[in-house]
Amino acid sequence: MELLSLSAVELGRLIREGRATAVEAMEAVLDKIEETDETYHCYVTVDKEHALKKAARVQEQIEAGELSGPLAGVPMAVKDNLCTEGVRTTCGSRILENFVPTYSADAVRKLEDAGAVMVGKTNMDEFAMGSTTETSAYGSTRNPRNPEYVPGGSSGGSAAAVAAGECFFALGSDTGGSIRQPASHCGVVGMKPTYGTVSRYGLVAYGSSLDQVGPLCRTVEDCAVILETLASDVPGNTEPVCRDSTLIVRKDTDFTAALKKDVKGMHIGIPIEYISLRDKNNSGTDREVRNAVLKAAELLKANGAVMEEFHLDLVDYAIPAYYTIAAAEASSNLERFDGIKYGYRDRDARELHQMYRQTRSRGFGAEVKRRIMLGSFVLSSGYYEAYYLKALRVKAMIKQAFDRAFTKYDCILGPVAPTTAPKLGKSLTDPIKMYLRDIYTISVNLAGLPAMSIPCGTDGKGLPVGLQLIGDCFQEKKLLQIAYTYERLREGTGK
Amino acid sequence: MAREYETVIGLEVHVELATKTKIFCGCSTAFGGRPNSHTCPVCTGMPGTLPVLNRKVLEYAIAVGLATNCSITRYCKFDRKNYFYPDNPQNYQISQLYLPICRNGYVEIETEPEKLSVETAEGSIIGTGLSGAFQEDGTDRGGPNDKNAYTLGKKRIRIHEIHMEEDAGKLIHDEREDCTLVDFNRSGVPLIEIVTEPDMRSAREVIACLEKLRLIIRYLGASDCKLQEGSMRADVNLSVREFGTEQFGIRTEMKNLNSFRSITRAIENERNRQIDLIESGRAVIQETRRWDEGKEVSLPMRSKEDAKDYRYFPDPDLVPVSISDSFLEEIRARQPEFRTEKMKRYRAEYPIPDYDIEIITESRHMAELFEAAVSLGSQPKKVSNWLMGETLRLLKERELDPEDMRFSPEHLAKLIALTESGVINSTVAKEVFEVMFDRDVDPEEYVEEQGLRMVSDESALRKVVEEVIASNPRSVQDYYNGRERAVGFLVGQTMKATKGKANPASVKELLKELLEEEGCPILNDRYTRNNCRVS
Amino acid sequence: MEKKITDETIEYVGILAKLALSGEEKKQAERDMSRMLAYIDKLNELDTAGVEPMSHVFPVQNVFREDVVTNGEQTEKILRNAPARKDDMFAVPKTFD
Repeated sequence: MELLSLSAVELGRLIREGRATAVEAMEAVLDKIEETDETYHCYVTVDKEHALKKAARVQEQIEAGELSGPLAGVPMAVKDNLCTEGVRTTCGSRILENFVPTYSADAVRKLEDAGAVMVGKTNMDEFAMGSTTETSAYGSTRNPRNPEYVPGGSSGGSAAAVAAGECFFALGSDTGGSIRQPASHCGVVGMKPTYGTVSRYGLVAYGSSLDQVGPLCRTVEDCAVILETLASDVPGNTEPVCRDSTLIVRKDTDFTAALKKDVKGMHIGIPIEYISLRDKNNSGTDREVRNAVLKAAELLKANGAVMEEFHLDLVDYAIPAYYTIAAAEASSNLERFDGIKYGYRDRDARELHQMYRQTRSRGFGAEVKRRIMLGSFVLSSGYYEAYYLKALRVKAMIKQAFDRAFTKYDCILGPVAPTTAPKLGKSLTDPIKMYLRDIYTISVNLAGLPAMSIPCGTDGKGLPVGLQLIGDCFQEKKLLQIAYTYERLREGTGK
Repeated sequence: MAREYETVIGLEVHVELATKTKIFCGCSTAFGGRPNSHTCPVCTGMPGTLPVLNRKVLEYAIAVGLATNCSITRYCKFDRKNYFYPDNPQNYQISQLYLPICRNGYVEIETEPEKLSVETAEGSIIGTGLSGAFQEDGTDRGGPNDKNAYTLGKKRIRIHEIHMEEDAGKLIHDEREDCTLVDFNRSGVPLIEIVTEPDMRSAREVIACLEKLRLIIRYLGASDCKLQEGSMRADVNLSVREFGTEQFGIRTEMKNLNSFRSITRAIENERNRQIDLIESGRAVIQETRRWDEGKEVSLPMRSKEDAKDYRYFPDPDLVPVSISDSFLEEIRARQPEFRTEKMKRYRAEYPIPDYDIEIITESRHMAELFEAAVSLGSQPKKVSNWLMGETLRLLKERELDPEDMRFSPEHLAKLIALTESGVINSTVAKEVFEVMFDRDVDPEEYVEEQGLRMVSDESALRKVVEEVIASNPRSVQDYYNGRERAVGFLVGQTMKATKGKANPASVKELLKELLEEEGCPILNDRYTRNNCRVS
Repeated sequence: MEKKITDETIEYVGILAKLALSGEEKKQAERDMSRMLAYIDKLNELDTAGVEPMSHVFPVQNVFREDVVTNGEQTEKILRNAPARKDDMFAVPKTFD
């Protein structure tokens, strides 16, 4: 079907111009899901009837002139850790197998208010803990570029759905790379905005100080449009203003203004640590990934950007600091899943504490339990100072390292991950090895920075490589401008 | 010789704040209500929901801190206290551990004279309501540990800290299904927890400290502080040590104390229990115990599932609170006149007895009633009389709290004016007051509606008096026979005939006038005027 | 920071986290946690003396709600997902302690 090759913005334009309808777009997406989702398994929940009804309603509103935004009528997918009123929200976990929220996440609501229509809920690593979408209680998602490979994670379902044409864009969440890494592995665009840019209300928390909602989409333009919608106040919205205390009220949310093909004079730094080649200890970047990234840098340089390699401090400390902080916060955030108010309850238990323990032991998967145990330990009496506070101090130092870098550079450029997507079933056996694959993404979350992943080529197996652009806080526009320029230049080269 | 022990007590006082909404969401804090009718996704711990701090909670907490001489933490944060229990929907409570809003304060209590008595079979001292005089440098630990050094008078109870936190839901045991039911209406109601130093030495001091805190907090309007309803709850940390020892003993924490009586009984009981343990060579275990009001015993609240390791850490969902000078000044400026200052001013301004001043200022509401009625023109002593007399009587009879009185000062002033101007007499006034106390009626309107005006119309009253004289010949005769008391009976009859609406003084005057009057139409020849003054 | 993870540690953390692990899971947890903590100990290579622990990246402060009731009754919605309920309350097994 022709429609499916369009970007979200192109589709929106067609619908506004009356050359396509929201219902046609939704039908196209649902047909595609019918055709391919058995293979890819991007979705945990699709309610066709509801989606079509909603599309029809939005189409009426468009025709009545009530909806005129760029995303009106565009089908979107939503990661299954964003609450959706009336639609099951599982977080990829058995413990929420039957949870139907009575409220929607702010991010979902903003997009729906702008006329986007939800197709369904996408698969993810359980509670966003994982980087392959294999820890989901609802089966693994496969990479549409090659189904033998994982799509990355934890927003693997969202990235794969965009790549497979099973939606026009998707929402994901990024705690340590969970938007950027699957975007990279699936060859789509993804952005983690500055911490506090998008309301976290309704996002089921993993690591509250690190979590941020963001888009996965086909083009940089889509990315800017979606981010603008997520970060701006909806006119006429009378809901209580602030439901997320950590939200930052920004005035510079006209992100589409940054869609300019121009990088002349922009200073871009490449951390030497990010492009050093893979050694015997399995640290460092694969040659093919490195080459694709440096080729992208060359292209930008050829068009006027000032490229420089530099030493970024403390890269090796980001992972231990991150896993301490994220596990600690997760151990507390996941305490509310106790079989009392919602979700799974173990019915065999006759006594309260037994019920707690059996519900949680059977409701959570291995990786989640591993992080809960670690997090409970690092917060426990006698270890709080040595582990948790130590990690928060290192976090402060990592932030300072970025601050120093951004006195010199408009943007930091590097790979998203050291390798392209791994094969299915190869990652979960060794947790630390798995965590090491997050090395280039997680420091961004610790420092609260915005960062993007955009496709920059493929490896020899045809698997996509993602280029990561990291900006100083609140500098999404610079990232978008560089990404937009690169995307245009790359189209120009036909690659 | 038997060893003598000193009781060392510290308090953890939870106070529910009088905000309209919960601490982190827009749900009502109203009492009662059907189960789970004052709840939302936030206060029931639904996935993805987030807290936003109620500004009023911060203001109240600071106000209490200022009133209890605390230093206010200018940069404070919230922490999560992690423990699993069904009344706690997130399984962590949002509280403050590392940077509580207030620290290092104190309240002063008056310690009444009481005999230091060495009694009971165990040779222990019960009710040592005597205390060490406080020291200006604040180093006092509840008085030098020497019973002979105990003096009377004022004592300073130091406050370690005050922090803000959220209340838990309510658990109800269901007998039929043998399960527990959870109602989250109270979940998220704002609390402050006031933690004192172990500066108290007796139940009497504990009660004095609680009364002082209650007085201050009620003056601020920050809470109604009702122990029975749970809006004020005190946990008692208690240990004993031999007089003369420096080190504190092992302490226990007593919970579920719902009245001053329970607190007193629990302190006596726990003191004796600890002394018994020590005397019999066993150790006191540091634990939390639950007071059983009916049986008057305490039992340990322990569980192997209860590791008491709360894994506190800063709540990443809430941002720090930074208190500016202007914000603090704003709150300081709004602080009310507290009781001590008020008493001082009353002594200078109002000609009423000290005793009245003490009673009236015990409740800010009563004091405000007093001042408002006076400013409306009533005489201070008249107002005070109403408050000290009928008001206290009705409060006791209705088992009401002075803060809950509903009648307005305008109505009290009107009632006083009606009495003073002779529109109603004092008996009627009391009757009207009671209605006003219960329903805040306008006394003027009520008197009119009910026809309670004194019969002041001379001719109407004369007619009634004449009738009374006519129908009571014996008393009239008695009067003429020199029995002055007969007039009293006739006055009573007249009052009865007017349904109490006549002024007894005028009735008496009129009676005498008529009885003495020559040619009085009623004084016909049936009567012999033996003792006539005018003959 | 040297920390030997023992059976007791795993047992204790299991109580804190309300997780009942099987014998095999406990062994696995012991191995995982030992490795993870050894890895985290890498942080001790850094001198963090004088560095303030950073909870929030941005100095956002003083976010408040006004004390105004904004929520109406929604009892049914709140109870809709309850695994067990009775009389408009959540029903839970009683505790033996």
